[in-house]
Order: sequence, then C-alpha cells, then structure tokens
Amino acid sequence: MQQDWIWGLIGGLMIGAGAGVFLLINGRIMGASGIIGGLIDGSGRDTVSERIAFLGGLVAVPPLLVPLYRNVDTHVSHTIWVLVLAGLLVGAGTRIANGCTSGHGVCGISRFSLRGIVATAFYLLGGALSLVLFRHILGVI
Amino acid sequence: MRNFFAFLSGGLFGAGLLVAGMVDSAKVQGWLDIFGDWDPTLAFVMGGAVGVMFFVWIFASKREKSYLGSPMPGPFPRLVDRNLVLGSLLFGAGWGLAGLCPGPAMGSLSFNGWEGWLFIIAMGVGMAMAPRFKGWLSTFDRSTLEAPPCENIPEEERALARNSRAPAR
Repeated sequence: MQQDWIWGLIGGLMIGAGAGVFLLINGRIMGASGIIGGLIDGSGRDTVSERIAFLGGLVAVPPLLVPLYRNVDTHVSHTIWVLVLAGLLVGAGTRIANGCTSGHGVCGISRFSLRGIVATAFYLLGGALSLVLFRHILGVI
Repeated sequence: MRNFFAFLSGGLFGAGLLVAGMVDSAKVQGWLDIFGDWDPTLAFVMGGAVGVMFFVWIFASKREKSYLGSPMPGPFPRLVDRNLVLGSLLFGAGWGLAGLCPGPAMGSLSFNGWEGWLFIIAMGVGMAMAPRFKGWLSTFDRSTLEAPPCENIPEEERALARNSRAPAR
C-alpha cells in the first residue's frame, strides 16, 4: 500500500502520454465520454473509425497487463440498482457537461481551461456528496 | 494511420488506468470519500497526467496542424453555464455511487464481469437521453433560450419558442 502513490504517478504519466499522442498526432482531445457519446448520438459521424480504434485500444490493452498482477480486484458493485443509477448519472451528466475526468480533468486543467477547472470542481463535489449520502447516511455502498 | 495512433492512445490510456489503480472502484470511492477514510492516490494520478499534458499543450500551441495534418483543437470555450455545472454534479454523483467513470469503465470491461457491462449499457442509455435532460434543465431558465446568437431564425419563430416554454415555468 505504501507504493500506491508511485504507481498512481506512473499510471498518471501513461494516461498523460496517451492524451499527448491523441492531441499531437491525431489533433484531438482525449475525452472518454465525448469519444463514446459521439458514437451514441451520431455527432461523431465523421470520425467513427478513429473513435472505435481508440476504444478498441482502451478495452483490449488493459487485460494484456492483468496477468502481471497477482490479482486485480475492481471491487465493482453487485447491486443492480446501484450500477444502473450510477451508469445513467455518469452517461447523462458527462454529456450535459460535455466532458468527464479525462476531457475536462486531464486535458482541460492542463491548459488552464476555466470550463475544465469548474467542471472538475463540481464533479469532485458531486462525488464527495454522493459518498456522504450513499455511504455515510444511507449506508448502501 | 489515424486509427493506429488512436488505438495506441487508447491502449496507453487504458494501461495507465490499470497501473494507477483507477479500475478499482473501491480506490476511486476512497478518493472521493473525503469525510471518511480518504485515499489520496488519485491526486498523484491526476497530477501525473496533467503534468504531462501541461507540456504537451505548450508544444501543441506552436503547431497549426497535428503530425497527421489535421487541424489542432481551437482555443477552449470560456462559457461556464448551467449545463456544465449541473452536468458535472450529476456525473460526480454517479462516479461516487459506483466508483466508475467512462474511461476506467471501458478499460476494465474485459475483466469486470456482468456488472461492468450493465454499467456501460446504463451509461450509454444516459448518454442517449442527455439531450432530453438538457431540454428539461433549460425549461427552468429562460435566458438559455435567449443566449445563442440565432440570426438565421426569424423573430416570429423565436417568439413562438419563447411562448411554448412559458407555461412550464
């Protein structure tokens, strides 16, 4: 557990490298919700193959590294209503706000975008309130 | 070529999420649980990623086109509006509830069981419904109807749109 922050930092550098490749080579901002959302609502019609290729890498590469770890426990919830409600909130919220942790957080804050900074402040606030409500008050997660 | 580098970028992103431990929903919730047993790891993840991108943006600002010749993203929009704030709050609430945001949810899909798939499907439905939610949000605020410059829309139609919204208030 002591080394968690080192792995966090290394992982963060890799995430930044991924976003850097997408920006410098493809000329695009790496935002997971925008890339997925553009496929769902059709707004990304002109860049479908690029979006699918990005998501292909995102889905296919992590399992190749999983064997390097003794066990990868995602601690995912097994409660159906939690997964459904959380999914709906994340899907609708990211599209209404036009970005998530990768787009507003990683790509926005790093160029001092006011929108990115405000969005990050509010989704962190939303997350903290969510933990207060669902963990500390209701005790369901 | 674009697809190759998009795949590479997605792969780096996913590998980074795994290495950083962001695919672990308990860790993410630990980060958001500032009133409980707080886990600061994600600050290092965010710091590392933002740190790299800070230099990438400096480099990118000197280029007019990407290495594959497509235009670089323009200057960021400065508008901070209701959608940005309320959307982010909703997203954060969901992020805290399940400990998953879109990137890690996709990255862990292959080893996250039926639960991961259920979350992704619900997320897709939420994304598809987002325009409707936006419509509901705007019924509370007449100014969002006035805000966009719509020179191409005749005044009668604009008045019509205003009146059709009025009863909802």
